[in-house]
Amino acid sequence: MFSLFSMKMHIDQSRTLVLILLTVLLSACVGSELNNPYAQEEGGQSVLYESFSERPKHLDPAVAYSSNEYAFIAQIYEPPYQYHYLKRPYELTPLTATGMPEIEYLNSKGEKLASTANDSDIAYTDYLLEIQPGIRYQPHPILAKDAQGEYIYHHLTGEQIDRLGSLQDLPETGSRELTAEDYVYQIKRLAHPKIQSPIAELMKNYIIGFDDFSKQVANKQKFEIKDISMTGVTALSPYKYRIRIKGKYPQFIFWLAMPFFSPMPWEADVFYEQPGLNDKNITLDWFPIGTGPYLLAENNPNRRMILQRNPLFHPETYPSEGEPGDKEKGLLADAGKQLPFIDKVVYMLEKETIPYWNKFLQGYYDASGIASDNFDQAIQFTGSGAATLTEAMKEKGIQLETAVTTSIFYLGFNMLDATVGGDSEKARKLRQAIAIAVDYEEYIAIFANGRGVAAQGLIPPGIYGHAEGKDGINPYVYDWVNGKAQRKNIEVAKRLMAEAGYQGGVDPKTRQALILYFDTTSVSIDDRPRMNWYRKQFEKLGIKLVIRGTDYNRFQQKMRDGNAQIFFWGWNADYPDPENFFFLLYGPNAKVAHGGENAGNYQNPEFDRLFEQMRNMGNGEQRYRIIQNLQELVRRDAPWVFGFHPKSFSLYHGWYKNLKPNLMANNQLKYTRIDTAERAEKRAEWNKPVYWPLLIAFVVFVLLLIPAILAYRRRIRETIQ
Amino acid sequence: MTQYIIRRILYAFPLLMGVNILTFVLFFVVNSPDDMARMQLGQKHVTEKAVENWKQQRGYDLPLLWNGKAEGEEKLTRTIFYQKSVGLFLFRFGVSDSGRNISADIQQRMWPSLAVALPTLIVGLLVNISFALMMVLFRNSYLEHAGVVLCVILMSVSSLFYIIGGQFLIGKLLRLVPISGYDGGLSALKFLILPVLIGVFSGIGSGVRWYRTLFLEEVEKDYVRTARAKGLTETRTLFRHVLKNAMIPILTGVVVVLPLLFMGSLIMESFFSIPGLGSYTIDAINSQDFAIVRAMVFLGSVLYVIGLLLTDISYTLVDPRVRLS
Repeated sequence: MFSLFSMKMHIDQSRTLVLILLTVLLSACVGSELNNPYAQEEGGQSVLYESFSERPKHLDPAVAYSSNEYAFIAQIYEPPYQYHYLKRPYELTPLTATGMPEIEYLNSKGEKLASTANDSDIAYTDYLLEIQPGIRYQPHPILAKDAQGEYIYHHLTGEQIDRLGSLQDLPETGSRELTAEDYVYQIKRLAHPKIQSPIAELMKNYIIGFDDFSKQVANKQKFEIKDISMTGVTALSPYKYRIRIKGKYPQFIFWLAMPFFSPMPWEADVFYEQPGLNDKNITLDWFPIGTGPYLLAENNPNRRMILQRNPLFHPETYPSEGEPGDKEKGLLADAGKQLPFIDKVVYMLEKETIPYWNKFLQGYYDASGIASDNFDQAIQFTGSGAATLTEAMKEKGIQLETAVTTSIFYLGFNMLDATVGGDSEKARKLRQAIAIAVDYEEYIAIFANGRGVAAQGLIPPGIYGHAEGKDGINPYVYDWVNGKAQRKNIEVAKRLMAEAGYQGGVDPKTRQALILYFDTTSVSIDDRPRMNWYRKQFEKLGIKLVIRGTDYNRFQQKMRDGNAQIFFWGWNADYPDPENFFFLLYGPNAKVAHGGENAGNYQNPEFDRLFEQMRNMGNGEQRYRIIQNLQELVRRDAPWVFGFHPKSFSLYHGWYKNLKPNLMANNQLKYTRIDTAERAEKRAEWNKPVYWPLLIAFVVFVLLLIPAILAYRRRIRETIQ
Repeated sequence: MTQYIIRRILYAFPLLMGVNILTFVLFFVVNSPDDMARMQLGQKHVTEKAVENWKQQRGYDLPLLWNGKAEGEEKLTRTIFYQKSVGLFLFRFGVSDSGRNISADIQQRMWPSLAVALPTLIVGLLVNISFALMMVLFRNSYLEHAGVVLCVILMSVSSLFYIIGGQFLIGKLLRLVPISGYDGGLSALKFLILPVLIGVFSGIGSGVRWYRTLFLEEVEKDYVRTARAKGLTETRTLFRHVLKNAMIPILTGVVVVLPLLFMGSLIMESFFSIPGLGSYTIDAINSQDFAIVRAMVFLGSVLYVIGLLLTDISYTLVDPRVRLS
């Protein structure tokens, strides 16, 4: 009886085990997305998943100035102008403004001048801006009012502040209409020394009264500036304001499309300046308030940031015009539809490229850049040199978007240096020879996976004044052969070296190889191949290149003091105007003499004269001609070896719609649409869990255990004996 | 014992002051306040005036250690060192150079660090001790030799390999857990499985060998021989006698690291996007945020001192022969 019962128990246990195993195997077939990193259900919302690798330092539009900060604030704040999403070349279009600004020129007496007035007669320029009525701020606690119309949270007690963990702990929210005064207030904020706007020093040169205002309010609280006026910036009516700048500065309008000139309600500073809030990290820098399509619903820069659609966003529709070809690409399919299309954007902190890339392939990120580790997996080059996706990427329906960025990287010469600098024919020929020898096409192929275009001058493609074809090449470095630019033979460079007095690269003073110094911050072991490559380029001319590696701070110091000889530097455009590139070689911007952005300290009176003429002109034939003259001057003088314009490669899943790279605009999110059904289907297909290796591992473990158990039993017996 | 603890706490003050001075000197040998300002202000349109303004707003316009122009005690107090260091001893870490409150950040970030480090420590301890005991049980057999070889192999592999390999195998190929990420509350569990598993696995090699050494030392002692002579089985001898006595070095070794668990692991947190304190310090060093660097070094020192104190106390608890005086 007992043995029968025991046998039955044994059979029951075995059945249970088999059942468990079957359940596991069955769930292997039906289970899905155990690896989904998102806990929350999307609840029918259209959600976009993005990542950020470095937490943004500032979300205050007066302070933020880097791309990872703009990724957020450009969706929240709205300056009066924006870049057209589809049109190229880049074109400004009103955002909150009713139209383009009315521009008036004034003489030194304040009298109005004709629009054709001479630049020398123009003492001031007025920008008159009118904003659309009815635009409202996002719902926010700082605007919450009680029944009596008093702000609820402007006088928090210490006890109330102690209880606060986050801004979300304040349940009441409010809103109000956007006024011109908010734009004026923000410009005053730019001037306040306590806010430390990175463009404050620059704007002192342009906006009337900016500097005086800055001094006047130096010891005042931020919110106290509301009732102090700045002479150059005035609200003329609830919807109209005026900015008066010194002289003529046509590029000023581009600044009006940057978040610096977004509106700020004075209530923000009154609220956030309450003592104790800063200790809780509740500051304007972390909890923005704007009128844009999104509001920051969750701000945990240590883990996740979430943008939610602003329920009070004003009417704005998807553009109905673009450049030729846009319609065929389906980029006008949403024309006239209310923006934004996405309800929520989740940004996850992802510091390493490997997990980021793998999660993109699993469909948990909608877009990705391409790190060099993954480049071969994602991109292949055709026989003609064009970049395309690999078969694996195409199978997943991934889209590739490439764009030449509005940036330039260059090898600069310190023009104050006795050997490579100066205006002498000898030094010029030496620089020209080096420009031919340093083969940036090879550099792009080796170190950038082909992601770049060798530069022919200062201006990148897409910026006014950039010339394509034969007219656009640098004739001192390239020849036009068979319809394309071809780098000159190294013999030409050697000849230039000889003409410069360095026959065979030998310095006549020492009768040994000419020694030049390359100052760089690239000192890690990963940088060694790049530095060796530079050495080899100079060796072609017989020059010995000495790498002077140093840390970033010391390098900056060398540049400020003019102690560097040759350096590698870069510039990314603030706005799409050639002035923003040529000013990098403008004499009065020399770094050593004036602390400006002319890092090579290039000085050429002819260049300066043409630059001054060009910067104040509207785009047209005359300006284009001057730009080409400027290009010719710097190509001949060669203060830089024009390196390359990087090419951005981005990958997007097939469900990512309305995709068009816009290197100037930062507020593209509102145009993006996601096909959520397609994404859900693909994710489920790509992320079925695999259990069978676990089963095998378990069996192997049991098999390994058997000899251990046998050995143990034998040992126990030995002990007993 | 109370006197001993008070004395140790008092000893800690000069120690912490020394650490603070050392951090300060090392940091400012490499970075000047001007460098810090330029790093924070970015690369574009940075003028000398902007740098001066930044320094003035954050109190970095004062002399570093000695203010020759000041009068009386202000020669010492009107310096960057004094202004930035006094608050530390009251655990007032102040505001980072980018404007965030450091105490609030630390409070927020220490829990994810702990959520990874504590289970890794406990599970790792159990696994390592179990394997070490098994190896001692099978000592002088092919199983022990194979185990030692395996441990040496495991020790020889970089922890980075375990992380990338684990993410690839379990997260990407088997798709059983998310590759990286973190969430609050119970939702954090699915994100913690992989880092904890990898943390435990990567520590097996060294951990098992270390505990095996401790157990082997004990297993040869007289009381073990006596236990065997009494007729106890090998397992009873190991688990009831050897383990108990070997617990003294194990426990003290564990207690000393307990406070430091809050400080997190740099590589693990970075690869798994765990918002802990591990990457906080490195991020601060990279961005030359002296306020955070100083606070984290100070906190690390305090926790280490606490760890050592707890170790001394734990000695008295596990070994009655030890008395603190």
